[in-house]
Amino acid sequence: MRRLFDPGSAFPALVSMAGVTLFAVLFLHAESQSSIIGLCAGMAIVLFLLARFGWNALATASFAAHSRTAQASVVAGVAVIAALFYDQHFPLLMLASVLLYIVVCLGLNLQFGYAGVVNFAGAAFFGIGCYTSAVLTNHTPLPHLLVVLTGGLMAAGIGSLLILPVLRTYGHYAALVTIAFGILFRVFLEVNDALGGPQGMKLPGMEILGWKLNDSLQFGETEISFYANYVLLALGMAAVAFALVRRLERSWIGLALDAVRLDETASAAFGIDVARWKITAFTLGNFLAGLAGSVYAMMTGFVAPNSFTFGDSLILVSIVLLGGIGNPWGLTVATAIVVMLPEKLQFIQEYRLLLYAGLVILILLFRPGGLMPRQVRDYLPGWKP
Amino acid sequence: MTLGLLSQYVFNGLMLGMIYAMVAVGFTLFFGVLDVIKFSHGDVLMVGAFAGLATYLGLEALGIDSPVVQLLVMTLVASLSMAILGAAIAKYLVLPLRLAPPLNTLLITLMLGSVLRETVRLFYPQGSNPKPFPRLLPADFVSFGSFTLRADSMMLLLAGLAAIIAVHLLITRTRLGLAIRAVAQDAETARIMGINFEFIVLLTFAIGSCMAALGGLMNGLYYNEINFGMGLLLGVIGFSAAVIGGLGNVYGAILGGFLFSALQSVGAVSLPALFPGTSTAYKDVFAFAVVIIFMAWRPTGLIAEKKSERV
Repeated sequence: MRRLFDPGSAFPALVSMAGVTLFAVLFLHAESQSSIIGLCAGMAIVLFLLARFGWNALATASFAAHSRTAQASVVAGVAVIAALFYDQHFPLLMLASVLLYIVVCLGLNLQFGYAGVVNFAGAAFFGIGCYTSAVLTNHTPLPHLLVVLTGGLMAAGIGSLLILPVLRTYGHYAALVTIAFGILFRVFLEVNDALGGPQGMKLPGMEILGWKLNDSLQFGETEISFYANYVLLALGMAAVAFALVRRLERSWIGLALDAVRLDETASAAFGIDVARWKITAFTLGNFLAGLAGSVYAMMTGFVAPNSFTFGDSLILVSIVLLGGIGNPWGLTVATAIVVMLPEKLQFIQEYRLLLYAGLVILILLFRPGGLMPRQVRDYLPGWKP
Repeated sequence: MTLGLLSQYVFNGLMLGMIYAMVAVGFTLFFGVLDVIKFSHGDVLMVGAFAGLATYLGLEALGIDSPVVQLLVMTLVASLSMAILGAAIAKYLVLPLRLAPPLNTLLITLMLGSVLRETVRLFYPQGSNPKPFPRLLPADFVSFGSFTLRADSMMLLLAGLAAIIAVHLLITRTRLGLAIRAVAQDAETARIMGINFEFIVLLTFAIGSCMAALGGLMNGLYYNEINFGMGLLLGVIGFSAAVIGGLGNVYGAILGGFLFSALQSVGAVSLPALFPGTSTAYKDVFAFAVVIIFMAWRPTGLIAEKKSERV
């Protein structure tokens, strides 16, 4: 028994994941507003008590020591949730949205968290992906996998137009470049009639090698919601993006990115090519956002300029900050909270921007590291100096 | 294009440029003293305009209907309340983050902007709809052919000019201005010389926010309509104007404000002429695209701040 609760054991991580999965299932299952509030309050109390009794340190150590098991358990948790809600559209749609938003935020995390390149146009790059897939699916017979890839490449390509101003400027000036771009993009969509203007565009569902994702699967009597297809796809994308970002962070590229963020002058003096790493992080981040956007558009079947406002970009930035800047795990949790909570709690839907903005202000003032601050890299799991 | 139409465009451009310049002056003042961007500035402007509107409605309810008194009280209430708001933002949100990375200050004020915007939208009676703003200035006009010179526009233009000149004189001619400039140049040395650093910072934020409130009122009086979202675009435009001019420089900010409005006018006039079928609504796309290109060419603006980094 003692062995199980050893920091080196995988048990605490698995128990935590099982707990989170159970909570997510209950949360998605709850119908009435009061039960949802009750659940959230209960979860907050449980989390507080766990923190009191040192569970967090135990779980963190366990996650660090068994990162592969932990990652696999997250995937398993999502699969369990998807399986339990197999015939309901709404929970599965939300699950897939969370997964796609995780991909976008991982991209932003590369930019903000590692390389320190500010990007206040996250929603615009996501939107480029959405509109690319809307235009290509409506006007060309291009296979949809290629459409998704093109969505990512378009976002990266249009983003590369901003590279020169972003590189030449620093700090506040660089922030202005992306803010101006975000607003420009939105205005452009609204006035451009070819792209549907303010009404937006409709687009068909995704089809991969003859597999129509918008068709429900039929197994005898049971019918599986077609959103399950998208959950699978999004889960795959999120897992790959997550693994990629984690690997990048652990590699010498991650070290170079951190050095660039912390001190450009010093890293240039040590022979790190500052421009190259900034470009890499910026482009890769935008690519991820575009990729997620093009799948998202095909999943919802509809794109409109109103989904890509400056406020949406700010929500994406707040996710990265709330989770703990530079920490992919924290970001995963924060995305789930930020995307799902207003969907389930109808009365905060209206107030969500106010709520997030207020939360981020509090976080910045009192806990700048976010809910789950980034840990120091640990190259040898379990090694103590 | 006739001369009359041209002068109409020029006049409208001047009017807009004046409002942009007033916003930009605020940005540049804050950047001067604290090296921070207070992004909620545009939303402070919007709150100022709403404060003015609420005051107007209050005065109407009290039965005071002389436009001059109304205008004076509105200006007073709006600018004073925004001055207090600006100082409070500096004290509770900006100063505590002085030692944090600059990005955090930008973010906290961005988020505060959202809070202000959403608060007005949700809690002002029917805040999500555009509100009619009263016409309080005389509506006389003189026509020169196809060009109409409206008295109210002229008065607004002069008022804006007066406000900018007043701030300029305050900064260059008074002891207070000397203290502001000293803090802007070197906060540490200014402190050694016995300048109350925190007081000067709060005061600067109060002055800048006061300018924003005036800009908001001008905007309301000119368009006769205000809405909760107007601050965002005006804030970004003011920020762009300040950056084009060179952050930290008051002349740069004024120059930038007029340049930006010139860009918009050029976009509105030339785009439909050059590419038939494009709408004038592309003017903002054009103006922001030029700003982005400009940033690549002159990363620190026309009148660059003198900067040497200690490493």
